[in-house]
Formats: sequence, C-alpha cells, structure tokens
Amino acid sequence: MSTMESAHVPLEATAAAMRDVTRTQPRHSLLVRVTHWIVTLAFFALLLTGAEIIVSHPRFYWGETGNILTEPLFKIPIPASRKLVPTGYGYVMPDQNGWSRALHFQSAWLLVLMGLLYVIGGVVTGHLRRDLLPSGADLSWRRIVDVMTHHLRIAPRSEDPWSYNVLQRLTYLFVVFILFPVVIWTGLALSPAFDSAVPATVSLLGGRQSARTLHFFVSIALVLFLFIHVVMVWREGFKSRMRAMVTGQAPNRKECR
Amino acid sequence: MKKTSRRKMMVTGISAAAGVSALGVAARLAQKYGLVPPDHGGLYGPGETLTYASMRLLTRHSMAREFSRSQISQRPLENELAPFSDEFKRHQTTKFVDWRLVVDGMVARPTSFSVNQLKSYPPHSQITEVVCEEGWSYIAEWNGVPLSYILDLVGAHPQAKYVFYFSIEPDWWESMDMADAMHPQTFLTYGMNGDELPVGNGGPIRMRLPRQLGYKSVKFLNRLIVTDDVKKFGKGLGSVSPEEGYAWFAGI
Repeated sequence: MSTMESAHVPLEATAAAMRDVTRTQPRHSLLVRVTHWIVTLAFFALLLTGAEIIVSHPRFYWGETGNILTEPLFKIPIPASRKLVPTGYGYVMPDQNGWSRALHFQSAWLLVLMGLLYVIGGVVTGHLRRDLLPSGADLSWRRIVDVMTHHLRIAPRSEDPWSYNVLQRLTYLFVVFILFPVVIWTGLALSPAFDSAVPATVSLLGGRQSARTLHFFVSIALVLFLFIHVVMVWREGFKSRMRAMVTGQAPNRKECR
Repeated sequence: MKKTSRRKMMVTGISAAAGVSALGVAARLAQKYGLVPPDHGGLYGPGETLTYASMRLLTRHSMAREFSRSQISQRPLENELAPFSDEFKRHQTTKFVDWRLVVDGMVARPTSFSVNQLKSYPPHSQITEVVCEEGWSYIAEWNGVPLSYILDLVGAHPQAKYVFYFSIEPDWWESMDMADAMHPQTFLTYGMNGDELPVGNGGPIRMRLPRQLGYKSVKFLNRLIVTDDVKKFGKGLGSVSPEEGYAWFAGI
C-alpha cells in the first residue's frame, strides 16, 4: 500500500484499475488451471494404484536385486496379496495388480504430457519467470525466515492472493523441477525395456531395487507436499483459492488488505 | 469483445480440427509400422498403445543389461506355482525324455524338438535379471538357444507378425512381436547357471525375454505358433494376460 500512496494515485482510481485487471486477466491462466487439475487427477490415480502395487510385495531393498530370499531394507507391516511373501499375517489380500498397473501407467503418461505442456507453456507465456522465479530481493535468508515465521503463526496473515511469496515460489519450483522429474526418472528405471535403451537410467540410481525404493520415497515426499499445499489453501481461504484455480477469478488486491 | 471471442472460436475450431486429424494420421502411421498392441482397446488402451509404440521406436535393437558372474543371485527364487497337471508329473518321472517343443504355424518346416535336440545347437548364455511385476528380482545365467535360431531353422514366413508360445499347463500362453522374437537375447532356455533348468524356474524349457517383465517368460514350454493373426487366439488380445487385466506388452 505504501508504494501506492507514495505514487500519489487516487485510491478509487487504483481500485477501478485493479477491477479491470481482474476482469480481463484471470488469477491463474487457463494453462495453469487445466494442467493443475489434470495433474491432480493423475496424481491421485498414481497414488492409489502405486499403493495397490506395493501390496503385492510390501518389502523394499537396496541394490540391484531383492526378493523374499534376501534381506529387505525395510518392510511395510501389511498383509500381502501374494502367498509367497512372508508377512506374518496369515492372510492374503485380494490381487488388484492388473487394473492398478494399467491405470498407473496411463496416469503416468497423462501426468508427463501435462507436465510438459505446463513447463513449455510456462516458458512461452512467461508464467515460470513471472510467477515462480523468486526476485533477487526475495532470495535472502531474512526474507525466507520472515515468511516462515508468518506461516507458523496461529492466526495467519492474509497473503496477497495475486502473487506467490518466496517460500511458495521455491517450493513449487522444487516440486516441478526436482520431485516430479525424479519420481518420473525412478519410475522409468523400473521399466526393463527403457533400461535396455538407456541403461544409465537405472545404473545411476544404484540398481533396480534402489530405484524402486527411491520411487517410493519420492512419492512420499510428493504426498507430504500435497498435504501442506492443501493445509495452506485451507488456511488462506479454501473457497476463494479454489475459485481462483477453477474459474480463474480472485478477489481484488484492495479487498485482501 | 465480440471480435476477440469470434477469433478465439475460430482458433479453437481450427486447433480442434488439426488435433483430430493429427490423431487420425498418427493412428494410421502407428498401424502401418506395427506400433499398436493387440490389447489397444478398452479403458486403458491409450496408455498401453503409447507405451508399446514408444518402446518399439526406442528399443527395437537395444540390449537388456547383462551382469557379471559375481552378481548372480546365490539362490534364484522359485516363485509359487499351481499344482502340476498329471501330464507334467508323467514327464517329470521320465526326466522329460519325451518332452517335445512343437513349432508350427507360418513356417516352411513344422518341427517338433526334443530337449536334447535343442541342446545340440550352438549353446548361448546370458546373465540377466528376472524382473517380476510384483517388485522382486534376481539375476541368473540362462543357457539356451536363441529363438531366432529356431525360427530360421523352421523357416518362419517373412509375413509373420507374432510368435505365440504355450505352456503345457492350462491357460498359460503369451505372444511376442517379431522384433522381440528375432532379438538376440530372446532365448528358449534349458539351463540355469550351467546346470539343468530346475522345474521351479520353468524347466525343462522356459522362454526368456529379458526386456520384459517375468510373466512374459512362460515356463514349461511345449508349443510355438508363428502367425500374422492375433484374433485366432483366445479373445484376440495377444495373450492370456490381458484377459486377466495385465498388459500384453510387459516392457513397461
């Protein structure tokens, strides 16, 4: 607000200008909204089917090979959907791997294609540079710690719904350019056909079973992000943030101060 | 406002038409170059087709990773099997001397091979990983004869598109395209780590396709059919796996 006052612009005129901006320019572009929701759909399908596939062998290993005759890195304490896996439960879960695998890979395709569309579209429209790349001034520890302490307050400070703060920008960049590429990489490493074409895909990860274990861990990291993301949306106003991501409309800048 | 929306509509219409015709062209090209799997229909058809088409373009000649002798798993896992049929038990008691692998279909010389006959051809071996769709894996040395050697021997027709292969056990059959059938690592295996192939690992004869998941490596093989028509077999989806919800192409 102080910048506006120092510029001596009549407040009503600014508000009117802002309303104009809201009318002609959505908070989130169509590209962002469409890819956001399709990726959300694909992610939930991947999560459900991924968990289902784990049920057939809830043991994780490190290195190239691993099976029930070798020592696991860790086990998930659930019954398995295969008789041969010694879980100690004496109960075999129903096998749902067929459709789970088909849906997992189809959703992976959808996610990869939407991810490409988002990144390419984000570069072309300037969305990545404008909305996600933090400004030089924001990239100081003081600023980041400042945002963090605001987040940790019980009564949240209302953030500007028209822009992302530095912590948000860094988190989204991390998710888009680190977590998703790594989860795709570790997933591709589990494809024996792809590995035959590009053996480094799996050898750089230390072997097939390491790739599988890393695929699991990175998925957990993505779930953690999803959880925090939804909590933040809810804290900042679930309705208005959802409306912004569905219709593109957001409250005027003036209203949120 | 009106002008923009009309322009927008035109752009949307043209892009939609371009998109649809591009899809049509892509589908026709994919069909022509053998990039469409037999199980391309249904809810998950698009995913299966995208995977098969991209892997065919990417991996026509690529080799599955081979490992050093020191990486061979100390105990190769014998995964669970249904109880054997009486026919199989009979072969077990006679140590498989009467076991035959029948190769026919689109071939010049339909032939039935005994295990010893297969062993008389130049032996080949590969140290590759068995990768199960459930998540586990092990490495073993596989001894056998490349399928391409047998296909040359029987004179497979150049128009052939698939090789179907059957286990002696009921409802256990698969098929592969000719790119996989002629691949140097696709073996008819009769040995493991230099010994006889144990029954638990698929003896006396097991198919090995190291670039696909374990379920394509069918155990207890007794029949191969070379064909150009998947429709003749089961529900026409290429193998029994898609009938049970699993992908025909298991290279992922």
